[in-house]
Amino acid sequence: MQKYSVFSLIKNAFNDHKEWKVAWKDPTPKAEYDVVIIGGGGHGLATAYYLAKEHNITNVAIIEKGWIGGGNVGRNTTIIRSNYMHDENGLFSEFGMNLWRNMSQDLNFNVMFSPRGIINLAHSDAQMNAYSRRGNSMRLNGIDAVLLNREEVKKIIPMADFSENVRFPIFGGLMQPSAGTARHDAVAWGYARQADSMGVDIIQNCEVTGFDIANGKILGVRTSKGEIKAKKIGLCVAGSTNILAEKLNITLPIETHLLQACVSEPIKPILDNVVTFGAGHFYCSQSDKGEMVMGGDLDGYNSYAQRGNLPTLQHVLTEGIAMFPFLSKLKMLRTWGGIMDMSMDGSPIIDKTHIEGLYLNCGWCYGGFKATPASGWTFAHTIAQDKPHKLNEGYSLNRFRTGHLIDEKGLGTKTWIS
Amino acid sequence: MLYIKCPHCGLRSQNEFSYGGDATIKRPELNKEISDQDWDNFVYLRKSPRGKHLELWQHISGCRQWIKVERDTLTHEIFRTFKANEGI
Repeated sequence: MQKYSVFSLIKNAFNDHKEWKVAWKDPTPKAEYDVVIIGGGGHGLATAYYLAKEHNITNVAIIEKGWIGGGNVGRNTTIIRSNYMHDENGLFSEFGMNLWRNMSQDLNFNVMFSPRGIINLAHSDAQMNAYSRRGNSMRLNGIDAVLLNREEVKKIIPMADFSENVRFPIFGGLMQPSAGTARHDAVAWGYARQADSMGVDIIQNCEVTGFDIANGKILGVRTSKGEIKAKKIGLCVAGSTNILAEKLNITLPIETHLLQACVSEPIKPILDNVVTFGAGHFYCSQSDKGEMVMGGDLDGYNSYAQRGNLPTLQHVLTEGIAMFPFLSKLKMLRTWGGIMDMSMDGSPIIDKTHIEGLYLNCGWCYGGFKATPASGWTFAHTIAQDKPHKLNEGYSLNRFRTGHLIDEKGLGTKTWIS
Repeated sequence: MLYIKCPHCGLRSQNEFSYGGDATIKRPELNKEISDQDWDNFVYLRKSPRGKHLELWQHISGCRQWIKVERDTLTHEIFRTFKANEGI
């Protein structure tokens, strides 16, 4: 594999950039693999990468219906954080934070990880108490958390609405200084390039049409490019999980919903952090190009449309303007939508299934992007060892039946106000 | 914008409605011994199909009645609407 560095950049500049090699190949599928990963998004690519790197399993194929990175890894708002209260979520996400910190070096691809800090705003005394509790829980798990009062928040984001007589006055906020953002496409491409270099076949434009199962054991997968035998199969298909579950005759605690995001026209640097509104569901950061990157609530009904509807966008941006009044002056540059695998308790599932050799990775709700490395790492472990790692033990499929829910915010498939 | 034909009030915009999820889910019968699996099926497990989906909506800013809507989850086309006590 060609190593990317400032020297290779200079060298290729003298050759008019004609000598760059392809970053990953376009192979035809082999008849059989040790592991087939379905879904060439961030999680699928990361899983294949860690299978090769951590477990020395390289006879692996990723099959993707469209093109790699064309789903939610290219549609999110790029936020990375581990500001969770529950141990399962906190420890899992903080493990991921360490992978994020070293990702550019590890993948030899600049993912532009920018730990600029996230601030969750509080708008009441009760919310300050709740944030204080969450912050303390985070610190007990070794995650940085700072409780800010109104004046401290004002120093960091003076453009927020600190005027008198507003409906949701800012009382303070909870900050995780080590949280941040990354260049989302680079994450997909970086994982793809490394996985490919270690022998993983990335097969694009290949749709799954069915599965071969006998005596409760997975034998292979039927695709638009023919049958592929596999000892083990991992599902990393996010919003398409229910479609494949139907082919497998499984019913899951997952509903597929539509989530929108948008960016404004680019403006000069004004916002250094990621900020979330505490009295609704809105979050905002500024991209390196200067666009305000914004997102919020689900559209609220089951959907596979991958494009949003205006009423929800209007609702979300109304919250945005309540938080940052200057947003009302900006023109909208782009809006888009993706389909989310919304689990019933708002937490993901990384587990084995009742079918031998079939593994499930889904239920990422609003937080799939930031979980990419930790999800890939633990899913690779679950597949390779045929049992969950300690970090994803809580993300079991049967927790809904046994009552061991991880209801971080009481947010499942329902919108914030419904 | 979705336009939903409330069987009581006529065609209204989605802003007047709130979503209630899959309308085919049946609550386990009262006063009967129910297994954990039955409760799991009722409370958590959903097919969430791509295509035709029968779902509950409430006309919350109108007549406040619950209604059933048959809608395509890929195209958002609405085929038919019913009163809550009407079957397909």
